[in-house]
Order: sequence, then C-alpha cells, then structure tokens
Amino acid sequence: MLYPDTVESEVIVHKPWFITAMFAAILACFLALNLTGTTMGELMRPVIGDPVQSGFYGRFAIAFTIAVIFCLNVVLIGFAPLKLQIAIVWLELLLLFLAFFETFHLSLPFIREKLPFMITQGVVTTLYVSAISIVIASAIAILGAVAKLSTNGFAYAIATFYTSFFRGLPLLMQVYLIYLGLPQLGFVIDAVPAGILALSLCYGAYMTEIFRSGIQSIDRGQWEASRSMGFGFGLTMRKVILPQALPVIIPPTGNQFISMLKDSSLVSVIGVWELMFLARTLGQKTFQHMEMLISAAMLYWIMSICLELIQSRIEHHYARSKVR
Amino acid sequence: MSPDTIIQATNVAKWYGAFQVLKDINLTVRKGERIVICGPSGSGKSTLIRCFNRLEAHQEGDITVTGVVLHDKMRNVASVRRNVGMVFQHFNLFPHMTVLMNCMVGPMWIKGIKPEAAKKTALQFLERVRIPDQANKFPVQLSGGQQQRVAIARSLCMQPAVMLFDEPTSALDPEMVSEVLETMTSLARDGMTMVCVTHEMGFARAVADRVIFMNSGQIIEEGKPHDFFTNPQHERTKLFLSQILKH
Repeated sequence: MLYPDTVESEVIVHKPWFITAMFAAILACFLALNLTGTTMGELMRPVIGDPVQSGFYGRFAIAFTIAVIFCLNVVLIGFAPLKLQIAIVWLELLLLFLAFFETFHLSLPFIREKLPFMITQGVVTTLYVSAISIVIASAIAILGAVAKLSTNGFAYAIATFYTSFFRGLPLLMQVYLIYLGLPQLGFVIDAVPAGILALSLCYGAYMTEIFRSGIQSIDRGQWEASRSMGFGFGLTMRKVILPQALPVIIPPTGNQFISMLKDSSLVSVIGVWELMFLARTLGQKTFQHMEMLISAAMLYWIMSICLELIQSRIEHHYARSKVR
Repeated sequence: MSPDTIIQATNVAKWYGAFQVLKDINLTVRKGERIVICGPSGSGKSTLIRCFNRLEAHQEGDITVTGVVLHDKMRNVASVRRNVGMVFQHFNLFPHMTVLMNCMVGPMWIKGIKPEAAKKTALQFLERVRIPDQANKFPVQLSGGQQQRVAIARSLCMQPAVMLFDEPTSALDPEMVSEVLETMTSLARDGMTMVCVTHEMGFARAVADRVIFMNSGQIIEEGKPHDFFTNPQHERTKLFLSQILKH
C-alpha cells in the first residue's frame, strides 16, 4: 500500500457527482446491450411482461434495475471498513465469474468424474515440472548474473548471448527446438526432461536479469568492507552480497514462478501429461471441452493463489531484519 | 627499510582517467605510530589510505605494507588485507548479521578460527568498545556511534597490524562523535598503529604523533601536532586551519 496521508480523505463513492456519473454510465451501457433475451429478461418478466415483446420499455427497465442495484451496492460497500470492503468485492467478482461459467451449462458429473485424474496426473506433473525448472533456473540465474557482472570477456559474452537468445525466442519455439532439435545432435531426449530444460533455460535468462539487478542494488560499501577484511570473491558473494540481495530478488522471482507455472502448459505440445494436456484431451471424446478447460483454469488459479500466499510469507520473513 | 616499518609509500602516483589524484606521495608509518591525515575535500586523503589495503590501485611508485609490496599481479591481496583493519565513514557493517556475527565472521572465515573461540574474541573486543550488551542486536537497531564502534571492534577482531580510519566520524551526529573518538583514543593509548583521515582537529592534537596535510593530491606539510597547529608553514595549511578552527 502507498504511504497514506494523515489527512482524512472524503469517500469518493459517496459523492453525488460520482454516483450520478456511475449510474448514467451503467444505464447507458446496458441500454446499448440488449439483455431482454437473457436470464435477466426472464427475471424481469413480472414487471415487463414477455421480454421479447417489451421493446424499449423492457430494455430500459432492465438497465435501470441493474444500475440501481450496482450503485446501491457500491455506496453500501463504501461504508464498510477496508478489510470487509476487500472481502466483499472479491466475493462479488468471484460470484460474477461463476455466473459467467454457469452460462456454459457445464456438466458437473463429468467434471467430478475427471477431476481426480486431472489432479493426480495433471497438477502433480505441472507442479514438479515447474518446481524443478525454477530450481535449475535460479542456479543458472546466479551463474548468469555473476558472469554478466564479471570482467571476463568469455563469461560476459556467453552470458549476454544466452540471455539475448532465450529472451528473444518464444518459449513455444524453444520447447520445439529442444525436443526436436537435440535428437539431430544425437541426444534423444524424453518429453519431460525436454520441457524442464526449455523452461529452465528460458526462465534462467529472465531471472539472470533479476539476480543481476539484485546484486547491483547492494551498496558498494559491503564489497569494500568484505575486501578490507580479506574475504575473497566467492565468500563475499555467498555470505555477504547474496543474502542481502535475496529480499530484492524474491518478489520478482515469485512472479516468475507463478508465470512459469502457467507457461509450463506449453510443454503440453510435446505430449507431457500435465494439466493443459489433460484439459485438451480428456474432453475431446465427448466434446466436453469447456468443462475440462474451465476446471483446468480453476486449478491453475488455485495453484497461483497458493504461490502468491507463499511469496508474501517469504517477503514478510525477509522484511524482519529491516524493522527497527 | 627498518623492521618496524608497517607502511612505506614511495613516489606514489595515481590517476582517475586524466585527473591525477595522488602526486609523488612519500610516507612511512612505523609500528605504534598514530598518524592523522587532513586536508580539504578532494585532496586525495581517502584515496591514499584506500591504496594502503589496495581497495584502490596506485599506478606509479611503491607501497609496501607489513613487508609485502602491493602491485597489480598480486595473487593474494587477502594476506595483506587481513593484517590491515579499515573503518569506513558509513560503517559498512553487514546488516543481515547480528553485531556478534559481524565480529566473528572475519576470524572464522579468514583465519579458520573455531566459532567458540571467535565468539570469545568478539565479545572481548565488544567489551573493549563498551557495547557487549548489544551483541545480539542487528546493526540497524544501533545508533550511528554504536555502529561505528562495532565496526572498530569488527576490525580489531582480525588483530591487524595497522588500523586505517577513513573519516570515521563524518557521518555521525555531533553527540556521537565523541564516543567514537574516545574509543579511538583509547586504542591509540594501547599502542595500536593508526592512520586516520579525519577533520577532528582536537583528536589530532591529543593523539597524533604526526599530522599530515594534503592538498590536491600532494602532501604539502607534515609535522608534530603542536608545530602543525601553532606554526603552520604553508599558506594553504594556514587557510585550511583558519577555516576549520573558525567556529
């Protein structure tokens, strides 16, 4: 959160001009969208009669009702304390999404039947592919960052070539290149190792930059103090610089991990049975694509939320030594 | 070179690009000597003492520290550095370690001393700078003066042959300057060899064996504190002293 001012600011959602503008905007928006043929029209039947026959009166009534409900909702939430506001808005947005999914008329029994396999096979594969990749990527990133900061021409050239190449190519293409290209050189590689290799190399390149900026953010004085005591490069790096750079490195690395979790879906193209692959194949036989895709989407989301929580815990942990 | 010479600099010169920061510096520091280097800002005094543990490289002349000649091709600068303690203007304590760990890591990692023994030495030196009760705090929890005294203790734990002080009180609140100077004074009384870059003229007068005045990269005056303060020879020194002692 930003550093808040001590001056009590007025609640914007309670200002008449804001409410009027919001009301007008929503009214106009839903007048333009004709909702008479939808569930909304059915719900309004007692007021407007047959929705299809109701014409402009029906459209207006529906838009007006929605605008009133929306504005009332916003104004009421404006009275709640901050935490409650956040919770209510989250809940409402979630319900809207569920309502959106509801319109697909998903077959719940089908989902219930396939879900266990999606978790035991898909989620587990996605998780371990991502976890192994992030570990390897971090190792590559440390090496890459040190090489990029070194005065050794070879190391610098290799590191910059590597980051340039792997940041410059689409990940999908890297997956293909490794899976289909390495056998040309005589290494026949399985789909899972190929996927892990592609993810590690690609994310290692991005994370090299994160690690490099983290290392550079540490005050020069720390190097000088270490040197003046006789610490060599490795010791200084391991024991003085990296531990201090970690709090800088961790938030963007957490981001990368969340992003990798979803990008791991790209390895489905080489036939790894991870979540995305199952989502596409399980529904194929019975044409129930939407069921599987939405289930997979929810599973990805849940995993990301878990990672976000873990990330904030770690950030909190590292914030401690800065507290006075 | 006599055996009790700790630092010897002969004809030292250094450039930053085209700008010459050190010009023909000649200086000998003998065992147990307390030397104060002063001069206007930008005169090269910090650069000079940073050359003594090779945080900076000089380009011409020779610097010999504890019998080792400092040069470009040094495989093991570390062996010199572990004998030369340095205290910085901004303390440069390791913020992610407790005060105690700050003092223990040098002996443990460089000299291979066992943690228990290192802890004993560390506590002994923290006692020496009069803050043993802060041993388990982190540096940020301490005042500036306390942090600087920890930094002094950290250097002492390596049991150096000479201590270099690079404007140790310049970043401190006025009230905290004296506690650091007292620590340095008591260190001087115990016979530690010290080279101090400082603007604290009272300290120079009370403690120094020699005061060295630098201006634009050169040593232009050198003498016993009494002579230096009461009878400066050079015009630039007179101007500097009149400025600094005016208030």
